[in-house]
Amino acid sequence: MIITVLYYLLIGIIAFLMACNFVRSKKWQEEVLYIIVLLPFLLRLLRLK
Amino acid sequence: MFSKRSHIFRKIAIAGPGLVLLVFAGISFFQSRHLKEPVVLGPAVSEVKRLSDYFPGIGGTVNDSFVYVLQGEKPGGTFLLLGGTHPEEPAARLAAWVFVENARMEQGRIFVILSANRSATTVTRLGGGYPPDYTIPTSWGGQKFRMGDRWSNPLDQWPDPEVYIHYPSRQELAYMDIRNLNRTWPGRKNGTLTEKTCFAMTELIRKENVDIVFDLHEAELQYPVISTIVAHEKGQDLAAMASMMISGTEGFDIGMENSPYALRGLSHREIGDHTNAISLLLETPEPFLDATRGRTDRALLLDGKDKFIMKAGAHGLLFERMDENGWPIDVRVGRHCSSVLQIAELWTEENPDRGVILADVPHYLEIIDKGTGAYLHDPLKAESHRIRYE
Repeated sequence: MIITVLYYLLIGIIAFLMACNFVRSKKWQEEVLYIIVLLPFLLRLLRLK
Repeated sequence: MFSKRSHIFRKIAIAGPGLVLLVFAGISFFQSRHLKEPVVLGPAVSEVKRLSDYFPGIGGTVNDSFVYVLQGEKPGGTFLLLGGTHPEEPAARLAAWVFVENARMEQGRIFVILSANRSATTVTRLGGGYPPDYTIPTSWGGQKFRMGDRWSNPLDQWPDPEVYIHYPSRQELAYMDIRNLNRTWPGRKNGTLTEKTCFAMTELIRKENVDIVFDLHEAELQYPVISTIVAHEKGQDLAAMASMMISGTEGFDIGMENSPYALRGLSHREIGDHTNAISLLLETPEPFLDATRGRTDRALLLDGKDKFIMKAGAHGLLFERMDENGWPIDVRVGRHCSSVLQIAELWTEENPDRGVILADVPHYLEIIDKGTGAYLHDPLKAESHRIRYE
């Protein structure tokens, strides 16, 4: 249970960092990539997939 | 100023479709996970228990599955029928469904679990592109079922270890098999969700003095353990006799194999070793699971037709025949029903005091003739207290 909670925290931190990178990025190709990669992290955080 | 504004618009234009994808995918996943499957209780169902009645530690979890008790008029033996050990093998669940909705018991008892690993019914294989559900046609319109996976949903048990160490043998198995209900027998009461589920069922087998456990499965045609009964050594004679009887009278061939000693965690090995029950695992062919399949859709799931698997067969890569007729779901459900019925008959002949006699469960040829849907009952016509939702 503790390990599961730590993994959710880890997912949250990585999702936050990707969102920050998306905001900071100047290239549209990178922005698209960040959004695509972010989706499964959000789906897991929201406990949907 | 203009540049900064266009920069923001661009980010919104990129994030917007992502958000739309997230919402639509999220709704689809949520609906799939929470799809209700009605079960109309048949005439023999005297009681519906839960796994937590045998092991309270599973209570309140997604795997606190229903246990349907089919009670005979006369005392006799006890069977346990497991559907949904691997919910991506739908004929196993459907055959168990046919027993619950149709069986009439004359002697003995049958405990049926339709969703042995209910968590695994709420997810499909990650990255596999599986359909989320499938519908069995019926005279009243059709009944929709969740398509599942081989492993428990990671939403219910996560993360996996680097290596899964089976309890109690300490054999090292593949990491993801810690979520595989057919690698976690006999279970552990303070283990993972999947281990606790097996422990609950082991407790059921012990407390109810079960004579035979049937674990229903399906297999890809490129896997050698197919169209067979895998038997613990306690059930070898019974399985061998059943194999001959089924092949001689039911209209299809089924083999018999011994449960290997060295491969741990499987029902046919651990139930036989850790309880008094005979454990038998039944396999039918399911082309949908083959790695060389073409489009992974509902048609392949239900019709079992695929030209790529046929080509694999032409190259001698399959352990079961594959032609243009495929392996329709009715054939697979019928094989399971007939196999269980034949084994029950043979068991009863040898053990009249511990016999299990039942009627009104269709055999192989009847299911092929009328379709599986003919044996699923309309929940709208059933009394509300005779309906459960899986």
